[in-house]
Amino acid sequence: MKHEIRFSGFGGQGIILSAVILGRAAALYDHNYAVQTQVYGPEARGGASMSAVIISDQPILYPEVTDPGIYVIMSQQGFEKYGTDPAPGSVMLIDADLVHSRPSCPYYEIRSTSEAKNTLGRVIVANIVMLGAVVAVTGVVSREAIEKAVLDSVPRGTEELNMKALRRGFELGDKEVETR
Amino acid sequence: MQGNTACAEGALAAGCNFFGGYPITPSTEIAEHMARRLPKKDGVFVQMEDEIASIATVIGASWTGARAMTATSGPGFSLMMENIGYAVMTETPCVIVNIQRGGPSTGQPTMGAQGDMLQCRFGSHGDYSTIALCPSSVQEMYDLTVKAFNLADRFRVPVFVMSDEVIGHTRERITIPDHVEIVPRRPLEKGTLPFHGGDDGVPGFPEFGRGHGVHVTGLTHDERGYPEATDPHIHETLVRRLVSKVESARHDIADYEVVNPDAETVFVTYGPPTRTVKQVMHDHPDERVGHLHLRIVWPFPERLLKIFTNAKTFIVPEMNMGQIVREVERHTCLPVIRVSKLGGELHTPDELQKLLEGRP
Repeated sequence: MKHEIRFSGFGGQGIILSAVILGRAAALYDHNYAVQTQVYGPEARGGASMSAVIISDQPILYPEVTDPGIYVIMSQQGFEKYGTDPAPGSVMLIDADLVHSRPSCPYYEIRSTSEAKNTLGRVIVANIVMLGAVVAVTGVVSREAIEKAVLDSVPRGTEELNMKALRRGFELGDKEVETR
Repeated sequence: MQGNTACAEGALAAGCNFFGGYPITPSTEIAEHMARRLPKKDGVFVQMEDEIASIATVIGASWTGARAMTATSGPGFSLMMENIGYAVMTETPCVIVNIQRGGPSTGQPTMGAQGDMLQCRFGSHGDYSTIALCPSSVQEMYDLTVKAFNLADRFRVPVFVMSDEVIGHTRERITIPDHVEIVPRRPLEKGTLPFHGGDDGVPGFPEFGRGHGVHVTGLTHDERGYPEATDPHIHETLVRRLVSKVESARHDIADYEVVNPDAETVFVTYGPPTRTVKQVMHDHPDERVGHLHLRIVWPFPERLLKIFTNAKTFIVPEMNMGQIVREVERHTCLPVIRVSKLGGELHTPDELQKLLEGRP
């Protein structure tokens, strides 16, 4: 078993944190191996941001993602940079309000940013909504593991909001899979 | 855990109780982690106005007996060069972590590189020798930082942890041992001159506040520590001792891994390209392909190249224009292929596999 997942978006969305949480879920709670890497610019906010996770049941030698099977894209710029040439057999989750293009591979439209803003009242948890959808659609980590990893990673006092966001992401992901 | 966090945790496990630094990408997480953790352990964290002052605080702290460190990246490392020479001349144990990024100058703050490998060996003026460790995983970041403190105290030199953005910012699961070996510095014995090298060339350490009257200077000094800057013999004796205390121990210091010693084609790596070579050798098992993985690059352990008695070619992938490859070239008559990569990304397994197969 080996999964390569690439997240892209812009600085401030929590693209890197999403990958950190997913890797933590895999390595600490599902007891697999995981490596998380990232590419970002010197800007504090708004620049292109990419992060990646490899999850495997074997030790991971080369740490960088070369052939992602799962893309998670939360900005048009992120799509143009990383999403235009998906490998055969890959799937993509896109924030449908922020990404205007559509890929050549199978994809799932998750409106994580508007969901976070309108349903949950805090746009800041858009990445957690998306993470819930990623887990629901792909099953790369267990739901219990991602819940524990989210709780480990968010600031004290925001646990409830983040759990709500994650579970809303599960629902959105499940709905997308059911309607296939 | 992130590589930079593992570095800080390794330092704390090794008993580091002083951090003086100035934050710089991509090393900042080390300073942040030490700022959070050191005060709770009765240690000192100080952020100075720049890297020149930072390394000066580290040298001062070390003379009070502290296990002292700093962490930086290219531009800060360049600023530290003068005082690194002072640490060499005054034989001050300390650990300097360089999370290398693309240079020259401000370069690529958020991208990896191995471009400072010669700077850490030759960057300050005059003749000297130092020790440089190069982690290739988050686990090694922890383990080698512990080792750096022990080597600094054993040899009384500044020791460099020459990591890079790739490992510094990668997160992997690591195992933190219950106990790490700590080898403290040898104290100066009463009745011995403070800069008398003894058998291994390393003087005992006269910690400040323990009743020793010691003069510490960057000027050439005699065994008492008094300036004697015009006597050719004293200068030659001192500098030769500073170099030989490290160089004569280089095969003892060496830390490495050998795979397929009977191979004809041998990769020599340190730091992140090690991971690429391991992937290639896992995906295409071939006993004609060997690997020498150096965890300690300086002092360069040239004798290790001779382990590969059937070697016909050495391949040295580096994230620079070819720095440590020069050491390999100068210690073998065999062909040496340099695979230099600039731009911030690690060599891919496919790039190295193509090279092995002779594909364009």
